[in-house]
Amino acid sequence: MGSLTFIGLGLYDEKDISLKALEAIRNCDKVYAEFYTSKLTGTTVGEIEKVIGRKINVLSREETEDGRIILDDASHKSVVFLTGGDPLTATTHLSLRLQAIEKGIKTHVIHGSSILTAVPGLLGLQHYKFGRTTTLVYPESNFFPLSPYEIIKENREHGLHTLVLLDIQDNRFMTINEGIEILLKMEGKKDDGLFDKDSIICGVARAGSPNPTVKAGRIRDLEEYDFGPPLHTIVIPGDMHFLEIEALEVFADLPASISKKLQKL
Amino acid sequence: MGKKEDNIRKAKDLMTKLDHIRNIGIAAHIDHGKTTLSDNLLAGCGMISEELAGKQLALDFDEQEQARGITINTASASMVHEFEGEEYLINLLDTPGHVDFGGDVTRAMRAVDGCIVVVCAVEGAMPQTETVIRQALRENVKPVLFINKVDRLINELRVTPEEMQERFVKIIRKFNELLNKMAPEEFKGKWNVKPEDGSVAFGSAYYNWAISVPYMKKSGLNFKDIYEHCQNNDQKTLAKKSPIHEVILDMVVDHLPSPKEAQRYRIPNIWRGDLDSPIGKSMLETRPDGPLSLMITKIIMDPHAGEVAVGRLYSGKISKGQEVYVIGKPKPNRVQQVNLMVGADRIPVEFVTAGNVVAVTGIKDAVAGSTVGDTPDMEPFERIVHISEPVVTVAVEAKHTKDLPKLIEVLRTISKADPSIHVEINQETGENLMSGMGELHLEITEYRIKNDYGVDIVTSEPIVVYRESVAKKTPQKFEGKSPNKHNRFYIEVEPLPENIIKALYNNEIPSNVKKYKKEVVKALQDLGMDKEVAKGVIAIEGLNILTDVTKGIQYLSETHELIAQAFAEVMRSGPLAAEPCQGLLVKLVDAKLHEDAIHRGPAQVIPAVRNAIYGAMMTSDPILLEPMQKVFISTPQELMGDASRELTQRRATVRNMTTEKDMVNIDAKAPVAEMFGFASAIRSATGGRVLWNTENIGFEPLPKALQDEVIRKIRERKGLKPEPYPPSYYMD
Ligand SMILES: Nc1nc2c(ncn2[C@@H]2O[C@H](COP(=O)(O)OP(=O)(O)OP(=O)(O)O)[C@@H](O)[C@H]2O)c(=O)[nH]1
Ligand SMILES: [Mg+2]
Repeated sequence: MGSLTFIGLGLYDEKDISLKALEAIRNCDKVYAEFYTSKLTGTTVGEIEKVIGRKINVLSREETEDGRIILDDASHKSVVFLTGGDPLTATTHLSLRLQAIEKGIKTHVIHGSSILTAVPGLLGLQHYKFGRTTTLVYPESNFFPLSPYEIIKENREHGLHTLVLLDIQDNRFMTINEGIEILLKMEGKKDDGLFDKDSIICGVARAGSPNPTVKAGRIRDLEEYDFGPPLHTIVIPGDMHFLEIEALEVFADLPASISKKLQKL
Repeated sequence: MGKKEDNIRKAKDLMTKLDHIRNIGIAAHIDHGKTTLSDNLLAGCGMISEELAGKQLALDFDEQEQARGITINTASASMVHEFEGEEYLINLLDTPGHVDFGGDVTRAMRAVDGCIVVVCAVEGAMPQTETVIRQALRENVKPVLFINKVDRLINELRVTPEEMQERFVKIIRKFNELLNKMAPEEFKGKWNVKPEDGSVAFGSAYYNWAISVPYMKKSGLNFKDIYEHCQNNDQKTLAKKSPIHEVILDMVVDHLPSPKEAQRYRIPNIWRGDLDSPIGKSMLETRPDGPLSLMITKIIMDPHAGEVAVGRLYSGKISKGQEVYVIGKPKPNRVQQVNLMVGADRIPVEFVTAGNVVAVTGIKDAVAGSTVGDTPDMEPFERIVHISEPVVTVAVEAKHTKDLPKLIEVLRTISKADPSIHVEINQETGENLMSGMGELHLEITEYRIKNDYGVDIVTSEPIVVYRESVAKKTPQKFEGKSPNKHNRFYIEVEPLPENIIKALYNNEIPSNVKKYKKEVVKALQDLGMDKEVAKGVIAIEGLNILTDVTKGIQYLSETHELIAQAFAEVMRSGPLAAEPCQGLLVKLVDAKLHEDAIHRGPAQVIPAVRNAIYGAMMTSDPILLEPMQKVFISTPQELMGDASRELTQRRATVRNMTTEKDMVNIDAKAPVAEMFGFASAIRSATGGRVLWNTENIGFEPLPKALQDEVIRKIRERKGLKPEPYPPSYYMD
């Protein structure tokens, strides 16, 4: 009987791989991976292969969603499936695991660090004060969902922060600047007064790397700011604890004048 | 200065005097004498030489038109006529009579305000007579009547003067009957023609004379004189005393509306924009100083000038060198030449103003049906819908592979100039499908590809096009899953009721649902659609409707456009044979969506909905519809047997049969697919003594026994696997 082990490779490069993961990879029959739900931007497939000492079969989006290639192998071999970040945060992996169990395949999970905790951590925002996460997609002529705006609004009404993930398409990574532009465009359509040029926004680039960019400030000051190479993530803060404000000032260069205003000093 | 030059100068002056303009069409059943009449009107006004008029047919200048003796393309010509001491500019469009070119008539009607319907005195009102009256009335174009070929009545049929009168009365009664049956409410009863007031004329286009009651007073001639002159072979005198152009153009000026009068009631019928906006007001008032609004009704391919766009200027002014927008196209075009038209001649002018018919070069984005304005965001005119669609297809291949790129270009150009030709280009197989209104239409187009464009082609035998539909309601909602399996859409389909299909067909319901939601919902409810179903309408594609009857599903509205796109794809290419769908109500009854927008984008939603619709159709008794034709046959009694034999061999059903003296008139209905080669078959069966004509009348279900075989043939021709997929194929 085969098995399927979901392995999270962590955030940034090949050195984020855990020892437990390494062991599982070295002992398995076959190694699959997908990099379309998240990507380790600090490395390449070749580099990872060198470190783990195994050949990686990278699957396309269609192949991953379809699931048959992995499940066929996993029904009689021990298979590992590598993904960026922490596995099972992507719905696709969840349904893959369900299908595997249905077929009687044993499944295991080895976790990796995730953007969902790294970004709040880098900014100094408290994770239990986050509301629903959302993603901004590249608008298309027939698809410009406004639900991210509604989710941010809902969170804000409850005083909660929103983690805003940014679209990855082939080799295109949405930047924080593009994200801001889209948010303002949504504001133009909804006109609910959520954003203007003075709204406070946080941006994190390359979480997990040795030199992440972590910034907080007004949209007017950040919309042109160069955050450097990908991946980028946005956080829209809700009501902040004074400790969070202080953290933004220290970790994310929030200007003291704004910080003072926020603390109503 | 010659008369022609003098006239051109006058025309330029008159084009700004709105009360002194008439834009008219000439329309009739095939061969009733439209072009002969048009030519003689032109000659009478001095625009072409009198010797040639009516004999050489200046307006049938195309080689194929001359060779076949029929009109293929609408031709336009302007002329100047004097009535009661004042001069008038007449912009005239001569339309084709053959059913295959009926689309040209429909489009011409968009450009004119009035129309001379020509009826042959010998044949009387024929099926196409009814059709052209309908085409005119749909555009609120006012008709007058000319009864032509009166000379033949007298000299060939040798009717008595009393019989002649009777025939006239009969034709006029029939004409008014048709008029009142089809006229828009506001004009019912008001547009009837009467000999007494001069809205009917009688004459011979060939021999260049005509009479009307008012003109009798001028000429002193009466019906008895006419009869005698014809009998005595002295029609020259008639032409001198009562010249056709005087009589007909007097009728036109007196009874047909000026642009200023007509635009007031025509604009609300053809334009859905805000009538109180500057452009709306300017069109209602035909203002030359308002914003530009030009409706293109015909593209002519000229060997020298290239594409010439002919159309009606409803507002503003169009000038040489001006930048204009074809609505729907992002970049402006620069107008090169602005012309008035005289037969094959274009007379360049500096500008043309509102209320006229104009021919323009340089508007390269335009096709027949385009709206041209001076801003890109102008509300376009309503689509011009022709009563019949292309139903016959041939596969076209380049004889030499090296010609393939050129062939594709030529096919594109042709379909741009002739909206009744549809082409489907397949870059991979090199096999391109070209559909048209009938065998003749395709034959002529093939000839053009070979001779005018110089591309050697091989074509397949003609085949008909089909439509796909369903015979019953989906028994159980069909689930379509997205590739990532996180989204599910549940669809049911059912046949639309006949009255709604008809309303869609007649363009009575706006197809741009996004823009005209309120009007659409109201129209559908008025036609008896359930309130909730009507309120949920998302899209209309062809004769099919998509509606969302779900309640309160979060995020669903964000995906409406994607759902509509999937719907449009399926409606253009159905599951049985990749033929267009028709008469379907597609209902979204439930949906389950992923929380995050990134997992419910186009790549997920479109395939899911597509599969759900395909699957729902396949579980609802899917059927093929085939195009049908009315067939009218007029045969001598003794050939009756041969004629009906020809019909029964072709799955035809006889709907009515009447006898008139020793002639039998058969009114039958037959599938277009069976009618190929009918022309030569009936000619040889009856020695050419049988008169007949056909008219396309839409689609009807193909007999079930034939369906599988037809599907297999279409699929093989399209390079698909021979059998359609079963419902299970669309489940995941
Ligand atoms: N005797 C006679 N023949 C006529 C008269 N008017 C037209 N014809 C003939 O009828 C035939 C058809 O005339 P056209 O003017 O081409 O008819 P049309 O209506 O333009 O034909 P399509 O455009 O093809 O529908 C020609 O042979 C004409 O010479 C007429 O008043 N008397
Ligand atoms: Mg003609």
